[in-house]
Amino acid sequence: MLINMGPSHPAMHGTIRIMLELDGEKILNSELEIGYLHRGLEKTCEHKTYFSLLPYTDRMNYVSPLINNLGYAMTMEKMLELDVPQRAQYIRVILCELSRISDHLTALAAMTMECGAFTVFLYTIKAREFIWDVIEHTTSARMTTSFIRIGGVRADLHPDWKDHLKTAIIETKKVLKDVHGLMDKNKIWLNRTRDIAVVSPEMAINYGWTGPCLRSTGVNFDLRKASPYSSYDHFDFDVPLGERGDNYDRYMVRMIEMEQSMRIIEQAMEKMPKNKAPLLAKGMKPAKAIEASRKQKVEGGIKLSPNLEGSEKDKYADILSTGKKYIVPPKEDTYTSIEGLINHFIFFMKGHGIRPPKGEVYFSVEGGNGELGYYIVSDGTDKPYRWHLRAPCFHIVSALEEMIKGHYVADVIPTFGSTNMIGGEFDR
Amino acid sequence: MEKKNIIEALRKKFPEQIMDISSQFGDEIITFESSALLDIANFLNDKPYEYTMLLDLTCVDYKGEDQRFEMVYHFLSLSLNDRIRLKTRLPEKSPKIDSLTSIWKNANWLEREVYDMFGIHFNGHPYLIRIFMYEGFEGHPLRKDYPLRKQQPRIRLRKLE
Repeated sequence: MLINMGPSHPAMHGTIRIMLELDGEKILNSELEIGYLHRGLEKTCEHKTYFSLLPYTDRMNYVSPLINNLGYAMTMEKMLELDVPQRAQYIRVILCELSRISDHLTALAAMTMECGAFTVFLYTIKAREFIWDVIEHTTSARMTTSFIRIGGVRADLHPDWKDHLKTAIIETKKVLKDVHGLMDKNKIWLNRTRDIAVVSPEMAINYGWTGPCLRSTGVNFDLRKASPYSSYDHFDFDVPLGERGDNYDRYMVRMIEMEQSMRIIEQAMEKMPKNKAPLLAKGMKPAKAIEASRKQKVEGGIKLSPNLEGSEKDKYADILSTGKKYIVPPKEDTYTSIEGLINHFIFFMKGHGIRPPKGEVYFSVEGGNGELGYYIVSDGTDKPYRWHLRAPCFHIVSALEEMIKGHYVADVIPTFGSTNMIGGEFDR
Repeated sequence: MEKKNIIEALRKKFPEQIMDISSQFGDEIITFESSALLDIANFLNDKPYEYTMLLDLTCVDYKGEDQRFEMVYHFLSLSLNDRIRLKTRLPEKSPKIDSLTSIWKNANWLEREVYDMFGIHFNGHPYLIRIFMYEGFEGHPLRKDYPLRKQQPRIRLRKLE
């Protein structure tokens, strides 16, 4: 019997269609039809300037947009040979690890809910809310952040960031404990995931798998360890490995990876380099500073910036590279001096702005799903000549046909869930 | 160190087919003759180098040049923790290259994508049909001569058999 699964099937996330050839409930053959979310991302990006295509990277893996931003920003930094200040590097690491946790939480939420564990779905989504609160607090957006920029980050952290982050970590740890308790030895869960869709290390490598899915088969490859980028070599963390490469291992590797991500965040919190220039004058509380600013000129003892939100000129040394040609000129200059305004125009004008040297570059970071790589060809103008994304889940899902062969229809759901297909980066 | 080794070994093994070795932004780029793809791929995949992972496969359209299409391959060796980039040029008229599906399984979808987006034919591909676009789509969207806002004609609903 031939049966159609998706694209309008709740477990197919609306963006994929599987045609199954069945014998009873057993899958003899299958074929995937993809492209339902194809929106010409690469073509669009080739018509945008290097600076203005950044928001498009948010929309690739929309659960962990910050990692996408980082990948793109670091590819460009490799091309432009920019150095990024230490504080910005640490902010990047914290935000990327938060994104990784939210990515894994979402993947597991979908995977467990589709198997009937609705409680786990609610718990993990609750934890994700706490994490997104921190992200919102820092970047002022929940999903479409565009926060990590070429040369650094858009703004400094909020003054209360530590408390917020601590709350998020405590709450997430509680949720993870609950999920472990609910799922780890759950008979139904084990029946549906243990020894189902087993992938051998050879097969995983042959399919170009990376990330948690590759590690679930026992291959120790994590870009954060193999070729540490940003400042991952400053932190101490383990890379969890699976043994069997089945659905359960893919679940477990993700669970343990979240704990390791929290370890990195805690270390980064401790080691975070101090601000070079504090925003408020020493010893003055914000309310008092505002009051004082009404009485005297805001330059002497008072430093106040009610609306630039961490991207003041004073902060540039902490958050952005010194390569002046490639970063947005400070708004204070733009609004107060003619040179500043000219610099602003030159940065944003068509045909000017970021113009990397001719050539091609490939750089990759460890995304939520695996190696997220960018291949950019520059022809010396302000627009990329070719802009290509190596989407990790494209390679992972391409193995699905082989993974579900010989299993039952019900096994498609957890197997598909464990690959964590994200339509945005998958279909591009 | 290993990087030099592999480049030397490639040069020794394929003196005719390796056309150029250059370096850009810290990455080595090896340009080769397109007919030697399978031999080079097999050589890289085997011991002792074990570039066992096909990381990425894509194409760049240099419109107006004689050898218009440039295929770009990225390989990763897990044992050496090293990456390598290989490039080759294909002519504008009926661009064809061997398929890597016999060595790497993910080449199947990657090559279908390149076929869909650039119209490059892969010899020996088991199932070369469009992947993102629908059947009946005209043209290849990532070619430089495909306009950004081109409208496609409507297609008729397919009848169920």
